[in-house]
Amino acid sequence: MNEFKVLTRDSGKAVVMELQGFLDAHTAPDLEKTFSELMASGKYNIVVNFNGLNYISSAGLGVFMAYIDEVRSNHGDIKLAGMQQKVFNVFDLLGFPFLYEIYKDQDEALKKFNNI
Amino acid sequence: MKSSGKIEDSKVFKSTTSALAGVREFVNERALSFGFGDKEVSEITLAVDEACTNVIKHAYKGNPDTEFEVKILASGAEFQIVVRDWGASFKPEEVPVPNIKDRFKKHKAGGLGIFLMRKLMDTVEYQGKDASNEVRLVRYLRNEQKT
Repeated sequence: MNEFKVLTRDSGKAVVMELQGFLDAHTAPDLEKTFSELMASGKYNIVVNFNGLNYISSAGLGVFMAYIDEVRSNHGDIKLAGMQQKVFNVFDLLGFPFLYEIYKDQDEALKKFNNI
Repeated sequence: MKSSGKIEDSKVFKSTTSALAGVREFVNERALSFGFGDKEVSEITLAVDEACTNVIKHAYKGNPDTEFEVKILASGAEFQIVVRDWGASFKPEEVPVPNIKDRFKKHKAGGLGIFLMRKLMDTVEYQGKDASNEVRLVRYLRNEQKT
């Protein structure tokens, strides 16, 4: 069984969402739930740390697409960081780098929020 | 790259998203033993995951009491995967090529799976056979890596 975990913690003006394991059609609802909880508590500055994520399919990508409008219309953003090359390749194939800020590591992404 | 020979193998999976990890493991091991590099193995595995996700969500509409088959037929330079189901038929020509920006506006991820499959594989073909549907995915072993 390929597991998936999502952990969140506050960091300055942003929330860091740390992903671990395998994000597919089976595990995407867990990520969706976390996003939905952040929206409900008014947290719109989000850094997603992909360091521990080994796999993503379109079901996982769809979750990021589903929340970006709500986040941006509330003056926040979803910034992506720390992707392994094979995970980045999937985002790249679908043109995500044109629509999302993607950073090498989490700290770089956090600075963008904390320097506002 | 050289293939390690011929592979003929198939496995039946329950039509539930919890089966996807097993599908990936099944394909991953065989693509690796056929001679593909890590990048290509990841790409082939993702394409098959997308095909099976479509079967689970669309052909069977989430009904877990059904099954689908993943068959691998590989020889020479050709690595072929056939995903077969007995659910609702699928018309790929009715799935538009996604305009990513437009999808963002509509909050829709549908169609991305087929788009990815076509990007990642050399051939993606759908056909109805008797009461079943098949999607045939082919990737060729080659010296240069596909980007």
